[in-house]
Amino acid sequence: MMPTFGVIVFPGSNCDHDAYHAMKHVMNAEVRFLWHKDTDLSGIDFLIVPGGFSYGDYLRSGAIARFSPIMQEVIKYAEKGGPVMGICNGFQILLESGLLPGSMMHNQKLRFVCKNVYLRCESTDSLFTNSLDKGQVFDIPVSHGEGNYFIEDDGLKSLHDNDQVLFRYCNEDGELTEEANFNGSVDHIAGICNTGRNVLGMMPHPERAMEGILGSEDGKPIFESILNALSVA
Amino acid sequence: MYKAKVNVTLRPSILDPKGKATHHALQNLGLDEVEQVRIGKFIELDVNANDEESARAVVEAACSKLLANEVMEDFEIELE
Repeated sequence: MMPTFGVIVFPGSNCDHDAYHAMKHVMNAEVRFLWHKDTDLSGIDFLIVPGGFSYGDYLRSGAIARFSPIMQEVIKYAEKGGPVMGICNGFQILLESGLLPGSMMHNQKLRFVCKNVYLRCESTDSLFTNSLDKGQVFDIPVSHGEGNYFIEDDGLKSLHDNDQVLFRYCNEDGELTEEANFNGSVDHIAGICNTGRNVLGMMPHPERAMEGILGSEDGKPIFESILNALSVA
Repeated sequence: MYKAKVNVTLRPSILDPKGKATHHALQNLGLDEVEQVRIGKFIELDVNANDEESARAVVEAACSKLLANEVMEDFEIELE
C-alpha cells in the first residue's frame, strides 16, 4: 500500500500545493492536507512542512508557526521517530521548534534569491538520500530571503561528526566555490538532518523540480528515497 | 500594570547585513563619524503582575521562548 503523506497548511504557506502535487501526481502517493489547528496525525506516514511565509513571517521566520497547535503534535511525532521534512519556511519552522539545530539569518547580500542552484549530496545514510550517490550534483530551485544558515562552531563540528549535513551549495561541477554559497550559509549548508536521522530541513525546493517540462526533475530522487525507505519499513 | 521594554539584538559575534547596508547609506550621507551600525528589535509589553519580580519573570519567559532566538540573539529587559 502506498504510504500517506501529510502536508501542513499554515496561514501564509504557499508551497503546500506544490508539495501536494509532487507527491500525489508525480510520485502517485496518498496525500492529505493538515490545517495548522489540526492535532490528529493518525494515519500519516510522512510529514511535509512546506515553504511559504507562515503567519507572515512576523517576528522571525517560523517563530510563530512553532507555537501553532499542529506543531506540538509534529514535535511529539518526530521525537517518536516519525519522519518529517521541512522545506524552506518548513526548515525555518523546524529550527525554531528545536527539532533541528542552528538558526536562519537574512541572506548575506540581503536579497531575496529565486533561482536554480546546484546542490551536492553529502551523505546517503538517511531515508531522504538513500537513492542518491554521495557527491551527486542536483539542479534545484531556491526561493528565500532568510536562508543564511548559522550555527556556532561546536554545533557545526557535531553536525559533521554525526554526518548530519546532507546537502551543500556547490557549482555545476560539485565544487564549493564562494559564488555558489549565494546566501552566506555556514560551510555552504543547504540541508541537515537530526541525530535520529528522521527529520530533514532544507532550504532548496525539490518539490518544485519534479517534471522536466518545468525545468528540472532533479528533486525526484529525494522523494524516491523516501518512498523506498517507507516501503521497506 | 508594568510596562516592559525589550531590546532584541544580534549577538556581537554575528554579522548583521542590515546594519552594514545602513552603515553604507550613512557614509553616503557624509556621516563618517558613525563607525558601526547594528540593527535589532524593540518590543513593548504591558504586563499585569503583582510585583516587579513576577513581571520580570513573565517577560523573561516571553523573551527566551518566543521574542528572541538565543542561537543568534540577546535580549535586554527594562521594566517601569
